[in-house]
Amino acid sequence: MEHIIKNGIVYDPLNKIDGEKKDICIRDGKIVDSVNEADANVIDASGKIVMAGGIDPHTHIAGAKVNVGRMYRPEDSKKDVESRLAGKRSGSGFSVPSTFMTGYRYAQMGYTTAMEAAMPPLLSRHTHEEFIDTPIIDHAAYPLFGNNWFVMEYLKEGDVDSCAAYVSWLLKATKGYTIKIVNPAGTEAWAWGGNVHGIHDPAPYFDITAAEIIKGLAEVNEMLGLPHAIHLHCNDLGHPGNYETTLASFDVPKGIKPNPKTGSRDAVLYATHVQFHSYGGTTWRDFVSEAGSIADYVNKNDHLVIDVGQVTLDETTTMTADGPMEYDLHSINGLKWANCDVELETGSGVVPFLYTPGAPVPSVQWAIGMELFLLINDPGKVCLTTDSPNAGPFTRYPRVISWLMSNQYRSNLIENELHKWAQRKSDIATIEREYSFYEIAQVTRSTPAQVLGLSDTKGHLGVGADADVAVYSFNPETQDPSSDYMALEEAIQNATCVLKDGNIVVKDGVVVNIGIHGRTYWIDTQLEEGIYNEVVTDVEKKFKQYYSVNFQNYPVQEEYLPRSTPVNGVML
Amino acid sequence: MEIVKNVVCPFCGTLCDDIICKVENNEIVGTINACRIGHSKFVHTEGAMRYKKPMIRKDGEFMEISYDEAIDKAAQILAESKRPLMYGWSCTECEAQAVGMELAEETKAVIDNTASVCHGPSVLALQDVGYPICTFGEVKNRADVVVYWGCNPMHAHPRHLSRHVFARGFFRERGRPDRTLIVVDPRESDTAKLADIHLQLDFDRDYELLDAMRAVLLGHEIHYDEVAGIPKELIYEAVEVLKKAQFGILFFGMGITHSRGKHRNIDIAIMMVEDLNDYGKFTLIPMRGHYNVTGFNQVATWQSGYPFCVDFSLGYPRYNPGETGANDQLQNKEADAMMVIASDPGAHFPQRALETMAEIPVIAIEPHRTPTTEMADLIIPPAIVGMEAEGTAYRMEGVPIRMKKVVDSELLSDREILEKIVERVKEIKASK
Ligand SMILES: [Zn+2]
Repeated sequence: MEHIIKNGIVYDPLNKIDGEKKDICIRDGKIVDSVNEADANVIDASGKIVMAGGIDPHTHIAGAKVNVGRMYRPEDSKKDVESRLAGKRSGSGFSVPSTFMTGYRYAQMGYTTAMEAAMPPLLSRHTHEEFIDTPIIDHAAYPLFGNNWFVMEYLKEGDVDSCAAYVSWLLKATKGYTIKIVNPAGTEAWAWGGNVHGIHDPAPYFDITAAEIIKGLAEVNEMLGLPHAIHLHCNDLGHPGNYETTLASFDVPKGIKPNPKTGSRDAVLYATHVQFHSYGGTTWRDFVSEAGSIADYVNKNDHLVIDVGQVTLDETTTMTADGPMEYDLHSINGLKWANCDVELETGSGVVPFLYTPGAPVPSVQWAIGMELFLLINDPGKVCLTTDSPNAGPFTRYPRVISWLMSNQYRSNLIENELHKWAQRKSDIATIEREYSFYEIAQVTRSTPAQVLGLSDTKGHLGVGADADVAVYSFNPETQDPSSDYMALEEAIQNATCVLKDGNIVVKDGVVVNIGIHGRTYWIDTQLEEGIYNEVVTDVEKKFKQYYSVNFQNYPVQEEYLPRSTPVNGVML
Repeated sequence: MEIVKNVVCPFCGTLCDDIICKVENNEIVGTINACRIGHSKFVHTEGAMRYKKPMIRKDGEFMEISYDEAIDKAAQILAESKRPLMYGWSCTECEAQAVGMELAEETKAVIDNTASVCHGPSVLALQDVGYPICTFGEVKNRADVVVYWGCNPMHAHPRHLSRHVFARGFFRERGRPDRTLIVVDPRESDTAKLADIHLQLDFDRDYELLDAMRAVLLGHEIHYDEVAGIPKELIYEAVEVLKKAQFGILFFGMGITHSRGKHRNIDIAIMMVEDLNDYGKFTLIPMRGHYNVTGFNQVATWQSGYPFCVDFSLGYPRYNPGETGANDQLQNKEADAMMVIASDPGAHFPQRALETMAEIPVIAIEPHRTPTTEMADLIIPPAIVGMEAEGTAYRMEGVPIRMKKVVDSELLSDREILEKIVERVKEIKASK
């Protein structure tokens, strides 16, 4: 099938196209130079915005803790439902939608790729099972490494090579995509009910610090030539005063040379949901924004890319591998606490949370996220996320985009709905910057594609790219997002037309076809065979003693990947 | 003789994955590592009659029919009924359960699994107050205090103790001597006999005992000589052990989920575990019975948002246990057809539910002759998952493991049968 998307106003930062009128041609699921107009299906995009499909580099949509979030919150499931229609499955859930609904809702907003940001290796089969039932979107999952016993022991011994061999084995075994690090050393401490504070506080027994783990894994990442940088959730999440830990963590991998075998990233560190890590003060009473200090660091350094984790002011469900953080949160808000510690690997927790707009702390959290977006000069260093559903569900991305494009929208909120702390404890009310559509395309398309190492085929509309395209009914020539922000939010919430792999999947905001199943990206990489085999033998021995499943039953079989898409790192 | 290793046992929620099967002439003739119940499941020594062909009841007698005829008949029944009920699911694999969810959606059915008659109260409780758990390996490697409450794993989960109490772990190098074992059970069960502390409470007094223990934990004194039949000194002693735990685990079973108070018992048990995290680390794991009862709750949740008792009659998922459970549907005479798969309500449901089952068409997808198949109008025998068919199962604490196919079978798998029924239902509906 051939398509031609005619006369749209195209924003495509990777190809430096900023609002040009341009036709996009599609054949066999790819963007091509031209098609035979007589045969092609014509999609009229006159007066409409055309962008590549959106990419969410950090979200929680599939796997054990996500499903706990659904299972233990029927009150959330009741808040939003999807009915069964021809070719479509039903579903439910506002902050944690069920799997089919997740695919539909992403696609309706013009998003065609979403990455599950936390996969406990032992439970990775669960994540992939949910991917099977998540239609339309391409995806990958990030296995957790930051509190893994093998990683901690190899790095403690200074054996980076063995650690790299182990990482390559685990990425393959779990069909995972990147090195995810969550509260390094802290989640291991949580296995005994404790935590670590800062990056120089060692894990019990393993006696290794967050700084050492981050450094070692950053080196491993580049030895293996992985497409994405290490993906770091810093220590001390959500604690007043944590920005110092955040800045210290940012410094740890500085100086390591990026070495991706695919794609073209410059960063060696991807720091996630930085909003939760930009807090000043010492308690919740003297809590203030330190977004300025964080933005300043990002502006002055080129070795990192961040995502924000913007608070959307909703009732939501928090979920993370940061087990101790969730227990603290439960102690503060008294809401029901779920937890799952995973042998030799990681932990996790889930707690509902209400970001009430009129309440002091959520108002400041909202402001901090906005400040990060607006104070970091280069949108090539920022990705748009809500750490869905932690700071709010991904279905609020259109609202976040509208906030970024309209100072008036923000001011109305600050003046009329937020607690006065938003103004007193942050500078948000003084910032007038508004994002352009080009910059929006950067933080939702090109920047995530590049830092994920997928920019050959994702995040742009150049020839050879996957034909994932979104068309939005908003006319930048006649409409001003700064004042017409509600129309913009509506236009992005319900895209006029979305193509995935060259198939029209959404028309007028409605999923009309689920097309082919999304790709599962995973990493196929291997260091020198000798050390690889040595490490696997070592792992097998420890499995017998300390794991509760057999070594042979651990790796995720190919049956769980309906559209397996390996990405090569360093190979033998 | 052929040896097949790393086989996963399709019996209980412990989901042991270290079974070795000895195979001769496409038949499992022996096992290594399996418990006696698992072993008998593998080698068919339970004496049950196995169906080889689909059967339909005509004039009170069963007669053999082909799979195609049986699938067509099943689809007709489901497509024609107004409020079908699909029940069971706990002894089959997740991919079959996933197709079952689609079938339920397509026929606007109520779908429910055996959790509604076993750990249903645990599900309601975790929806009330939370769910702090861990995986088995954490118990083996770290636990210095292990509590079994209202369960007798020596009989129901035979290898549970050897894997979690007697086993040596990373921080518990000596195994059993490094752990304190507390058993709470009104009976002098075989598990209780192994305990360091046996809290032999009065029947139906779980809530009172838990309440007293929580009170002590929160710094209060007990003003009675005994609570729930346990001397207060022993309660103090037990609470002291729990408080001093570096890593404690509470395993709980149907003795507490089904004693008086039901999900309220689990509410307070979970809250006690939460309180204990102010001292050391404490988590819990429900002792799920059927090997993949947990898997159904997972699949139903990720597809619909709800773990069981899911009602699709409005075209989207609804959840209202007490109205949308299998027993509610049967006892209130709402169900007008029933499909039973991988379970035996005929043997376990109360009389009033069985009365409705006797009145409505019942389809049984079931390998063996059971009280349920005796009541069925249509029997469709599947290959047995974990022996003759593969697929995913979730261990009681949520670890997913791929079940193996050890021998071949000419029968269709549960998943294949369900896929064909879905397809046929769609055809029937399209033709209307
Ligand atoms: Zn996250």
